[in-house]
Amino acid sequence: MKVSAVHPDPAWRGRVTATVVALLLLWPMLVASEFNPWILFDAQSLGATWDFLSGFFPPAHSSEFLMLMLEATWQTVAIATAGLALALLGAIPLTLLATESLSISQLETGRMRIAGAFVRQSARWLLVVLRSVPELVWALLLVRIVGLGPTAGVLAIALTYSGMLGKVYAEILESSEAHATEALLKNGSSRLSALFYGALPAAGSELVSYTTYRWECAIRGSVVMGFVGAGGIGQRMDESMKMLAGAEVSTILIIFVLLVAGADLVSTFLRKRLG
Amino acid sequence: MDTRRPTPPPVIAPATLALLVSLLALVAASFYSLNIKWGELFTTSAVRSSMEFLQGFAPPEMAAPFLIRVAKGTLETLSMSALGTGIAFVIGLALALPASGRFGNIARAVVRLMLNVLRSIPELVWAVILLIAAGLGPFAGTLALAIHTSGVLGRLFADALENLPPADENTLRINGAGALNAFFYAALPQILPQLMSYTLYRWENNIRAAAILGIVGAGGLGQMLKYHLSLFQMQQAATVIIAMLLMITVVDAVSFWLRRRMTGN
Repeated sequence: MKVSAVHPDPAWRGRVTATVVALLLLWPMLVASEFNPWILFDAQSLGATWDFLSGFFPPAHSSEFLMLMLEATWQTVAIATAGLALALLGAIPLTLLATESLSISQLETGRMRIAGAFVRQSARWLLVVLRSVPELVWALLLVRIVGLGPTAGVLAIALTYSGMLGKVYAEILESSEAHATEALLKNGSSRLSALFYGALPAAGSELVSYTTYRWECAIRGSVVMGFVGAGGIGQRMDESMKMLAGAEVSTILIIFVLLVAGADLVSTFLRKRLG
Repeated sequence: MDTRRPTPPPVIAPATLALLVSLLALVAASFYSLNIKWGELFTTSAVRSSMEFLQGFAPPEMAAPFLIRVAKGTLETLSMSALGTGIAFVIGLALALPASGRFGNIARAVVRLMLNVLRSIPELVWAVILLIAAGLGPFAGTLALAIHTSGVLGRLFADALENLPPADENTLRINGAGALNAFFYAALPQILPQLMSYTLYRWENNIRAAAILGIVGAGGLGQMLKYHLSLFQMQQAATVIIAMLLMITVVDAVSFWLRRRMTGN
């Protein structure tokens, strides 16, 4: 039969090439990341894992420990909330500087004045630098400056999130309906009233929902920053891990899953109410 | 004639006002309970010591042997993220089948719960736990990325599968194709572009995550940063931070460019 002469899959050449290239790339990656799954099944590692995991049940539940956890959980939420509040203080002025649609000179002549363009561009660069450094790295550095404890966590969130919020706020303001803002600016309103009466009503709900989403992220971030000594439930988990106390770790993990689910619920609720 | 006008609606609905007040109360309570000593942060001695700390970073270490080590660290970070995402793609797809209700509602509920747990524990926490089984180094980090990302991708893949209209797959099944064949030739090709775009997006996230995982000892650039910072070798630490920023910026730029190419504007 004629058909058998042709390969049944017309795209086979491409598929074979792609597979070979993927395998060739895979090898150096496996070497670089020291990928050896058998280490998981070596007797010593299995023993250590078993000892640790067998402590998981029952989770630690003495009332003293739970009180400690309650306090740490509140601290985590408080670090995230305070950090985000400070981030807003930084992000809002930077947003106003960075937003292009609030430029009067661009509206009139199609070009920004040089001074305006310069200020706007420097605000953007500042935002880029703030958010490019991961919050954990900020925390690691700040712990060395202000000492162990929640202050480092609050400042780290404030720095990273002011960069993120500022950038996204500016993007939202620029991409939302610009008609009202332009009309206001062309008829001689000040930039601040153009913002309040033109841009904000058009973009308000999007801004609120992004902020609550970031609050949720900040809670996760503040847990993680505990591992470098910035307080909250992460620091407790770090301590329990160092003592290999499986029961405590399992309680903390449960609290953690509940906390994330709770933050998710609250932020959905806020988005619905305020959005 | 009735000249009364209808009363204008309140500027802010009372319920919203109450909500805003309670949000403000939450913020106030947070600041109050954290007990941050703002005064101490801005004393002259505190400012001077932090300036000294920051000045220690300049100039960044630029000797060739060290740069080579940083480059290796960067490659290690990239490999961790790529492998972790690749493994997560496979596991996520495997878990998405039961999670999209193909094996009954009980399996769906159980697997979805599992995916939620995998997802809500961040990479870094997984890495800390995995250090016990996998030891210090990039392997623990790769696994941590794989586990967390499996949760994220599994959920997204399951939703994509559930939203797919079943007609095509049913046609194959009715005409006698096996379940596997029907899935591979009808369902998978239709959702594959969506799966790929989710996976690439997570890969981008995982590169950032892989850069910091090392802070708890799970390999990559983060481990170098932690090492040099704890030895107070600030200039080396500065180089590592710069390498991290460069890597993140390049990845951002590439993905921005790719996305623009793919969406065609």
